[in-house]
Order: sequence, then C-alpha cells, then structure tokens
Amino acid sequence: MKYKRAIRRAAYSASPWIATIGFFLSWELGCRLLNVPPFILPTPSAAIGALLEYRDGIWFNATHTLVTTLLGFALAVVFGAGLGVIVGGSPLLYRALNPLLIGFNSIPKVAVVPILVLWFGIGFVPAVLTAFLVAFFPITVNVATGIVTMQPELRDVLRSLGASRTDILFRVGLPCSMPYFFASLKIAITLAFVGSVISETVASNVGIGYLMMSASATFRVPLVFAALLVIAGMGIIMYAAAAALEWRFAGWAMRT
Amino acid sequence: MTTNAAAMGPLAGREAPFVRIANASLYYGEEDEGSLALQRFDLEIARGEFVAVVGPSGCGKSTLMKLISGLTPRSSGHVTVDGVDVVRPLKTAGMAFQNPALLPWRTVLENVLLPIQVVRPHRTAFRQDRAPFVARAKALLAKVGLTGTEDRFGWQLSGGMQQRVSLCRALIHEPEILLLDEPFGALDAFTREELWDVLQTLWIERGFTILLVTHDLPEAVFLASRVHVLSSRPGRVIYTTDIDLPRPRQQDAIFTPRFVEYVHDLRAHVSRARQDT
Repeated sequence: MKYKRAIRRAAYSASPWIATIGFFLSWELGCRLLNVPPFILPTPSAAIGALLEYRDGIWFNATHTLVTTLLGFALAVVFGAGLGVIVGGSPLLYRALNPLLIGFNSIPKVAVVPILVLWFGIGFVPAVLTAFLVAFFPITVNVATGIVTMQPELRDVLRSLGASRTDILFRVGLPCSMPYFFASLKIAITLAFVGSVISETVASNVGIGYLMMSASATFRVPLVFAALLVIAGMGIIMYAAAAALEWRFAGWAMRT
Repeated sequence: MTTNAAAMGPLAGREAPFVRIANASLYYGEEDEGSLALQRFDLEIARGEFVAVVGPSGCGKSTLMKLISGLTPRSSGHVTVDGVDVVRPLKTAGMAFQNPALLPWRTVLENVLLPIQVVRPHRTAFRQDRAPFVARAKALLAKVGLTGTEDRFGWQLSGGMQQRVSLCRALIHEPEILLLDEPFGALDAFTREELWDVLQTLWIERGFTILLVTHDLPEAVFLASRVHVLSSRPGRVIYTTDIDLPRPRQQDAIFTPRFVEYVHDLRAHVSRARQDT
C-alpha cells in the first residue's frame, strides 16, 4: 500500500521527464522504422549530433538571439505594463484605445519586419523591435484586465475613505493586477522568442533564425532541427524564470 | 467633537439630525432614460442612532448606502451628513459589505490598517510612527475575538472571521458613521448571531451612528433602535418603527413575544411593499 503510493508520487514528479523522453524516443523509433530520409525529418539523435558538431556556431548565434529576445522582452515589459496601467486606470482611454490595440495585434508581425528593415536596416534592431511588438500586447491586456476586474467593494471602501484615484490604483489596482502581470510574462517571453527568430529568419545575418535559414538553404536539415531544439530549450528556461518570478512576487494569488 | 451618543440612543433627535435626506432622488444613468432607484426620498438619522433599513429585494437599500456615503451622489434633493452637503464621497465613513473584500496580499493586521494609510491626517502620522496604530488595530481585533490572527492572511480564515476583520477595518479610523450593507448575509446562523453581539457591544461602547441594510428581519429587530421599511423600486420609506427593547439585547430575546411581534409587524409591511409592485 505504502509502496504503491510512493511509486505513484515518483511517477508524478518524474512525469515531465517521462513525457519528454517518450516523445523523443518515439520520434527516433518512428524515423528509423519508417526509414524517413534525414533531409525530410532527421532523427533527434542526428539533430543532437549536429548540435554537438556545430556547437561553436550555434552557441554564438544562440546567445545573439537570447540577447535580442531579452532586450525586446524588457522593452515589452516596460511599455506593455505602463500602457496597461494607463488603459486599465482610465475607462475613457480603455474605450478609446481598444480598437487600435486589437487592430495592431491582428497584424502579422512578419509583415512588419520589411518595414522595420526599411527604417533600421537588417540585423539586430528589427529583431529586437519585432520581439517587442509581439510580446507587449498580452502584457498590456493582462495588466489592464487585472486593474479593471478589481472588486467593486474594494473600490467603494477606499473611495469612502476619501482615497484619490492614484491611491486606489497603487493600494489596490496594481497589487490586484500583479498575478495577471506575472502570468502574462510567461506568455510574453515565449512570444518574444517567436518575434526575434521570425525577424532573424527574414532579415539578418546572425542569430538562430538566420542559422536555420542558411542551414535549410544548404539542406543541412539536422542542423535546422538542432537550432529548433535550442530555441525550445531557451524558451523553457526563460519560461521557468518567469514562473519563478511569479511565485516570488504574486504567490499570494496561488493559495495552497 | 465628542460623541457620548451611546447614552442618547434613539432619543438623540432633538439636535439637528446627523444624516438628513430630504426629497432626494437618484437615477442610474441619464436622467431621462436611466433607471430611477430612489424617488423623493426622506430619511433622518440622529447622531449615535442605530438604524436598520429593510425592504423587498431590489428596492434600493444598497443605493441608499451609496447616496449617504456619496459614492453615487443624489440626482436631486438634499443629502447632508453632519451638516455637510454630500456631493462627493464622505472622507471618513466606515463601510462593510456582504463580501468581506479583504486584500489577499495583506495580512489581517495590514488589512485592518488600510484606512489609516488612506485617511488624512492619519496617513502622515502613520508614516512617522506605526506603533500606536498597530496597537489600536490589535486592540480592535482582540475586541472582536481575533487575537492571534494578526499575521495570517484573510483567505486563511473562516467566513465569519473574515467578516470580523472587515468590521475592524471599517472601524479602525474611528468613523462617525458606519454603513453596513448586509454584512452578515453570507454567514451561517450561529456565526451571524455571534457577530450581532460583537456589533452591538461595539456600538454601545463607542456610540457611532450605524446604518444597517439587511433583508433579515430578526437581525434588524435585534440590532437596531429604529427600523425603516422601504417600498419596492423606486424606494421610499413606507413604515418606521422604534424597537423598544432593553440593551444589551441577549440571544434568547429572539424568542420573547415582544421580539416576535416586532418581526411579524415588519414582515407584514415588507410583504405589502412587495405586492405593490
């Protein structure tokens, strides 16, 4: 009985590893059994082989992409949260800016990259800006939502004490929006990777996105997949970092 | 100003009323197309009086609270509190609602101290020296039976305890008027009756003015010195009765014939108000 429960608990804590390893194993086996040619879908072992073989180039490009992404993400946090506070704090601005924001977010960012290139040239700047443009929207929406969904009773309690609008915003609105803000960081950081890699794919001569383009142009498909693995890995690490921040600063919202 | 209002009780009406509502109407939305919540409303509350307002649901009981607190100012007529025209939120009302509305990121003590951080001039004094306010908050928490919970979070407490914290928060800045909107509505019967005692004791000791909005008739009779019955919407006072029962009222008073008589009398007027819709 006791033994069974221990096994179940171990299975629970190991489940992410089991699922991930299982995924790669079935990929590997599927490729081998069905004899898939490596230039269509390489096995994960081939991708990891390429990862080791080209580790210097991958490291160089990956750090470049990471820096690009983090910069775009940082801009998105500052701008997105600021806009969220403004929009969430004022019903007038919320109403006024809503169509613009939605319209803006509906534009495929890959279509904006050529414009950015026109303005800033190819390379670093358009990639940072694309990461920023993709990532700020969920932050803005979440922060604004967090402020708007404040309990009306709380607002009434503060107003009946003669609190000003800034009082209410700082004492209640902002803390209320923190769980939403940190939740949005997890979405935004992965979106920022999407943005910077898209831009690097279209218009850059450095970065993981560029590496993938040039590798696929020369049919080094295992290298393409190695680059994908690296992006996924960086995404997971940054997501975990955002989740840790969330736990640290808005843990009160996760009542255990 | 000093308030020895506990001694005055319902007889305090000789001086100018503390709360005076005369011929007041309140619309939600635009005047011509909005909904009329209160029409030509009249009500006076003496300083230190404990008043309950009952009525059919949707009759504007909560609107009355918003009218007096200034959260939603009147559309026409007169509303004054302590001689001051209410056209914006009062600065120092205490409010509590059916939902305790505690801030989940603050401990119990920090929740109780919230008004101190907002109300002038306390906020400046608090920044310079927290100690006296913390002591005051702890004394208040002790009074409602919450000693030892200061450093816990609201959501770790039971519903009744949360509502006690909410009461402390409404009282910490020593407001002259306490506005209670069905504060015990979501509690079980035993907890509710316990809190009646707590509230009665606080009122007898401190003598602030209380307006209690409730749909629970025994609650109104047990607590209030005077009960007003509102008509259905748009609300008006259609019946007023003084509850002439000795204080402090005890739990078993609920079963005495006089208590039951008051409740029946009120029930008759409320159901008449409902039929008039």
